[in-house]
Amino acid sequence: MIVLGLALSGPLGWAIMISVGMVSVAGALIVWRLLSGPSVSDRVVALDTLSLLLVSFLVIFSVASDVDAYLDAAIVLSLVAFLGTVAFARFIERTVTEDPEDD
Amino acid sequence: MTEWIAAGLILLGSTFTLIAALGIVRMQDVYLRMHAATKTGTLGLGLICSGAMVMAESWTARGEIALILVFMLVTAPIGAHLIGRAAFRAGVPFMDRTEIEPGCEQFRAPRQHSGNDEDA
Repeated sequence: MIVLGLALSGPLGWAIMISVGMVSVAGALIVWRLLSGPSVSDRVVALDTLSLLLVSFLVIFSVASDVDAYLDAAIVLSLVAFLGTVAFARFIERTVTEDPEDD
Repeated sequence: MTEWIAAGLILLGSTFTLIAALGIVRMQDVYLRMHAATKTGTLGLGLICSGAMVMAESWTARGEIALILVFMLVTAPIGAHLIGRAAFRAGVPFMDRTEIEPGCEQFRAPRQHSGNDEDA
């Protein structure tokens, strides 16, 4: 059968198909939390988990397509996601503890 | 046989990521959501990476997958700790059934910015 433009077969093909479906459902749920989170921290947690989901999707896709370049993309994405998380956490802390002399 | 092992690992890992997403949607608190997302998501990614490592053809690809795995294992707790501390200091409320140990009431989260008592 043809999924994602790839011809998948055997047990690994079935596993990849089901896994892509589950990861997509998980992404949809997390996007819902990202859009409707009550606080900024909820949105940051959702964004962090969404990047983790994207990394796992890239790993699954590199297995499915036998292209190792997706692994490079996954490494870079995990690096950037960590930097984004740290930046958002700093931003949340800075917006709360606002001292007059702390610019 | 390797194909079966890799299929099982990848299926198990994506099940754990789906459980992480369910936890993010269903939990009632930022802290509980973070708990569900970080631990379960990291476990899911670890299982998926193990499955991919079983199926990889070259040692370069295995090394790259191991690099992803090690990096996620190192950074996920750090990121969760940073977000948790920021949320606690920002005064994000706990869920209703959270109990506070007697004697620790002054550490309760809703501390909407009270002057210059920051300690970091």
